[in-house]
Amino acid sequence: MARSTDSGRNLLSGILLGVGIAGFVDEVVFHQLLRWHHFYDRSTPAVGLVSDGIFHAFSWFATVAALFLFADIRRRRTFEPSRWWGGILIGCGAFQLYDGIIQHKLFGLHQIRYDVDLLPYDLTWNIIAVVLIAGGVVLLARSRRSRGVRADA
Amino acid sequence: MHNHGGGVSAMELVSFALLAAIAVYLLAALRPAGRPIWPRRRIVLWIAGCLVAALSVQATATNHDDFARHAVAHVGLGMLAPLLLMLAAPGTLALRSLSAVPARRLARMLRSRPVRFLTYPVTAAVLHLGGLWLLYPGGLYPSIHVNGLLFVLVYVHLFVSGYLFSASIAGIDPAPHRASFGTRAVVLCAVMAGHSILSKQLFGNQPPDVPVAEAELGSMIMYYGGDAVSVALVVLLFAGWYREAGRTQRRLESRTQKSSV
Repeated sequence: MARSTDSGRNLLSGILLGVGIAGFVDEVVFHQLLRWHHFYDRSTPAVGLVSDGIFHAFSWFATVAALFLFADIRRRRTFEPSRWWGGILIGCGAFQLYDGIIQHKLFGLHQIRYDVDLLPYDLTWNIIAVVLIAGGVVLLARSRRSRGVRADA
Repeated sequence: MHNHGGGVSAMELVSFALLAAIAVYLLAALRPAGRPIWPRRRIVLWIAGCLVAALSVQATATNHDDFARHAVAHVGLGMLAPLLLMLAAPGTLALRSLSAVPARRLARMLRSRPVRFLTYPVTAAVLHLGGLWLLYPGGLYPSIHVNGLLFVLVYVHLFVSGYLFSASIAGIDPAPHRASFGTRAVVLCAVMAGHSILSKQLFGNQPPDVPVAEAELGSMIMYYGGDAVSVALVVLLFAGWYREAGRTQRRLESRTQKSSV
């Protein structure tokens, strides 16, 4: 029973940190450094604003939660690196895919960059997201297999 | 500086309240009555909180019409000052400084139904966000500069609801009926989202008579300033969880050790 809580916490901590990292990169790199994204697009519809607010808040919340969960995992000496990293990749990819498909395209919150042909940007953005998720799933499958081996031994 | 029904005397009142708040707290904290020493950290937090509150009021009272100043006052008085003051544990200090009868009366008041209702995270969050909702999308903002009483009411509400909210999420004063960790986490997340939405929408929909550039600056001050204070609240909330989880773990460990012997 205790084992399954611990692996659940490893995965949860990873996913939350992944969401936090993706949100952070989005804010710092794309909004602040590159200034490709706009703080607010005059044509932003209400639903986009609401979704953006929820995800902005949640990515801060998730980062802090993930770090405290991580500290707790280390304290209990039940850190499982591949599960944790798998979670990070999945969280990161899922947030990016949501941002790229739902927020940018469906809700029209803002675009990746302005005054350029968007297609290559959108494709790169979303393909990276899918690759991240796939990488995370592979890591998780591997961690499950290695745990199975340990249980057999 | 222009004057709406005694702006100067209002500032004097604020200065007096500031000094009184610091003096009363220091008197209670430093009174050598054989009690354990009150932590220095809390004294510093209290003074810092009082200063932030007073500076915030001053920032907006000296120039009503500047929206960016209003935004600074908003974050300072409604979010940062309440957080600092709440961390100074004024309730705990009052309970230990008062003599037995008033202390018991205060404890009973803190347990009473109205106080429990007001300090429940959902109520505090609705009061806090609801006030902001009325002020900006609700169109109350322009009238606070015409009506002096409304101006005072809005800022008092901002401060009180901000205090109730941060105390309901991560308060350290005794709270006999503290809401569960899950409730506090969900409510905090919701209020953070509400803040982001409200402050960002001000960017594109400035209140009447506010120049676009001022509204944009004010909106970003609220957005990023609000983030900073909210993240501090999240850290406090989870630090509490972490301590509690450690306690549970130690209890479990000592129990298994005992049973294995």
